[in-house]
Order: sequence, then C-alpha cells, then structure tokens
Amino acid sequence: MKTFLIEFIQSILDSMRDLAPIVVVVAFFQWGVLRQPMPNLGEILYGTVMVVLGLTLFIRGLEMGLFPIGEAMAHGFARKGSLAWLLAFSFALGFSTTVAEPALIAIADEAAKVAAEGGVIANSEAARTGYASGLRFTVALSVGMAIMIGVVRIIRGWPIQWFIIVGYIAVVIMTAFAPPEIIGIAYDSGGVTTSTVTVPLVTALGVGLASSIKGRNPMTDGFGLIAIASLMPMVFVMAYGMIRT
Amino acid sequence: MIQFLTELVHAILATMRDVLPIAVILFGFQVFVLRRPIANIRRVLLGFGFVLLGLTLFLDGLDAALFPLGRLMAEQLTNPEFIGSTGAWSDYGWVYAFAAAIGFATTVAEPALIAVAIKANQVSGGTVGVWGLRVAVAIGVAFGIALGAFRIVTGTPLHWYIIAGYIVVIVQTAFAPRSIVALAYDTGGVTTSTVTVPLVAALGLGLASTIPGRSPLLDGFGLIAFASLFPIISVMGYAQLSEWRTRRVRRGENVVKSENRGYQVERRP
Repeated sequence: MKTFLIEFIQSILDSMRDLAPIVVVVAFFQWGVLRQPMPNLGEILYGTVMVVLGLTLFIRGLEMGLFPIGEAMAHGFARKGSLAWLLAFSFALGFSTTVAEPALIAIADEAAKVAAEGGVIANSEAARTGYASGLRFTVALSVGMAIMIGVVRIIRGWPIQWFIIVGYIAVVIMTAFAPPEIIGIAYDSGGVTTSTVTVPLVTALGVGLASSIKGRNPMTDGFGLIAIASLMPMVFVMAYGMIRT
Repeated sequence: MIQFLTELVHAILATMRDVLPIAVILFGFQVFVLRRPIANIRRVLLGFGFVLLGLTLFLDGLDAALFPLGRLMAEQLTNPEFIGSTGAWSDYGWVYAFAAAIGFATTVAEPALIAVAIKANQVSGGTVGVWGLRVAVAIGVAFGIALGAFRIVTGTPLHWYIIAGYIVVIVQTAFAPRSIVALAYDTGGVTTSTVTVPLVAALGLGLASTIPGRSPLLDGFGLIAFASLFPIISVMGYAQLSEWRTRRVRRGENVVKSENRGYQVERRP
C-alpha cells in the first residue's frame, strides 16, 4: 500500500512536469505579451487539476492494459501463423479506430464546406454530409490498408524507408494533379488520423510482432506502422478530391 | 456536486463511444479467432478502465481550462489591432514566438507521444531516452508550426515547403543511424493528436481570417502537416548528433569498440 502511494505521487509529479510548459507559455503570453488578467482563474485551476489526474491515470492504464493486450495479440497471431487473420485484424483495427475519430469528423466537415464554397458540390446540407462521410470512409479505408501493408512489411523485414520514399513521391505527383482546395486538407488528414488510444495499441502490435518473429529487430522493424498510416490518407484524400470534381 | 457527477458520467460515455469499436475488435478477435484467455485479464480490464477515465478527465480538463484560453490568445495575438500591422511578415514576431512556444509545450504533454517514447525506451534497452525523444520531437513541432505560421502570413504555397521537407527527410535517412529511422518516421504521425490539434487549428484559422487576402478555408489548413513533418527531421538530427558525440568521445578516450553509448548503428547481416 505504501509503495503504491509513493508510486502514485511520483507519477502525479511526472504529469505535473509534463504540463508545466503549457502553463508557463500561457501565463507568459497572457501577462507578459498581451498584458491582460487571467480570466476565470478558478476554472483554469480546476481544469489543470483534472488534466494532471487524467494524464496520470492514462499512463498507468497504458502500461497495465493497452500495451500488454497489443503485445499479447501480436504474439497470439504469430503463434497461430495465419496471415489472413492477422491482416483482417490489422485492417479492422485501422479502419474502426479511424472512422469514428472526432478530429477526422471535424476536418471532414470543414472540407465539405470548402468544397461547397468552391462550387465542387451543391451547397446543400445533403450534398455536404455526403461529401464529408465519403471523405471519412476514404481516410478510414486508407488507414486500414496502411496498417495491413505495414504488418506485411514487418513480417517480411522490408526496410521502412522505401515505403516512405514511394509514399512521398506519390504525394508529390498527386499534388500536381489534385484540385488546389483539397491539398491543405489532404496534408492535414495525415496527421490527425492516429488517435491517443490507437497509437499505443498499434505500436505495441508492431513491436510485439517484430519481437516474436525470428530475425526481426523490434527497433528497426517494429516501429513504422504509424508512419505508413499517416502517409496513405494524404494520397487517398487527394484521389478523392480528384474523383469528386 | 450532483451536476458535476452527471457531467462526468456524460463525458465518460462519450469517450466510451470512441473507444468501443476498438474494444469490440480486440476482444472479438481474442475470443473468436485466437481463442486464448488473456493473461491477467483483470489487470488488463482495470488498465482499460484507467485509460478511459484518464482520457475523459484529461479532455474535460483541457476543455475547461486550456482550450478556451488558448483559442482566445490565438485570436488576440492575430488581431490586427495588437499587431498594428502594415502587412509586412516581420510584424508578426509574437505570433511566430507563440506558435513555437505552444507547439513545444503541447507536444511535451501529448499522451500518444509519451506512449511511443515509453515503448521506444523499453525496446532500445534504454538508449533512447523517454525525455530526450520527447524534447527532440517538441523542438521539431515548435519549428514546424512557427514556419507554418510564416507561410500563412506570407501566403506562399504549402506544397513547396512540404516537398522541401521531404527532400531533407530522404537525405537524412541515408545518413541517420539505422535503428532510429522507423521510430523517427512514426513520431511524425504521433505528435498531433488530442492536445496539439485544437490549439494549432485555432491559430491557423485566426491568422488566415485576419490577414487581408487570406481565406480561412484555403489557407487555414496546413499547420498540422508542418507539425507532423518537422519532428521526423529533428529526431533523426538528434540521433545523428548523439552518434557523432559518442564517436568523438570514443576516439578521445580510446575505448574499446564494443562499448555502447547513445545510439548504436545496427547493421543486419
């Protein structure tokens, strides 16, 4: 009990250290640069306490729940030896975690507004909703495929840089042909797709696979799933923009 | 108190809705395909509970405290009255400073990045430091967002910056220690999630809507792309720097070759 308490206090202190930079930046700009008093200080203090507690619990849960299950499943699939099931799992994990991602929903709605104002689609509620959900499914599909490709890469031990370079070339070529109003959104969609719960799971899956397959190095082969998952949506979203015009 | 509790329950339900599809897939495959009991199932479930509750409190707290204030500050800093602008890019000094500072600070607090750093530290046997990696990533994000703000102010096309960044990444890949490459690429996608995206998007939209000649819909996007490209460069740079320092120390002390310090170049046969 006593050691648990000490550990808990230690992790609270760690979380406070993680959040200190934000507090310093906000305070400096509010008082030093904008020269304004801090609005509703009570709210801010309350929110900061919640953030510290939340971060502490999240990290604890990460080490107890998300990491072990990600690795256990990677070992389980490696032992089972069925590539088809592993790929099905990878696709399902990528697709399902992306399609409901709040950041993606927000960006898809913005994109529909841009398209409507640019005259690409009719400026009606129905047309915008259709465009936005089409975009969301496109991104989710691309993330599912990206995790699949990434898993095959880990199994075969292919170097990550070839995938990234090919992806970059694809992005550059697509940029030349895609309608200009989709480019900013496409580039941003790469960064927003991987959420806070997906990242630890996917990382644990990759590292677990690489460490249970003989001849693979978890450091060089285990990482890289997220990199492919944030590159593929850029290409797919630009393709979507081209098809919809 | 009762109001607070109902709010908390609502927030937890909202987070559960986001996490539910993941849980269904994990447990579905575990039960129907792998058909193996999960080791320490109670501990894992408790961990899931912690993640759920932690994420809820974290997001709720950010919504209550940091996001409104951060958005307000982004608006005030980009306000033409504060800038007193003649329209020259050099009038926006405080905007660049804020962009860099908030990019750095939010990245350090990003839970997904903490997760990857912990894993990288375990896998590398301690050679990749949790704190070192996070600071390297945060420096990349800070530079990226400041440059992205500069792009919005000047109105130069986004894709030239990104293509130039790609070329730097490819050149660096050829020289960086092999063990860091995959991790460096991953940090690009990890940096921008819960904490960074809302604040950075507010900054971009604020800038694009106050500067004459910019459209918030066309120019407001793109900051996240900068924030996910530059960490790749800074992490590889950090690895190259530590490798170079290690080599210099080794030469100076004339120590035996087998000693590892910092990053080690791994070559597979």
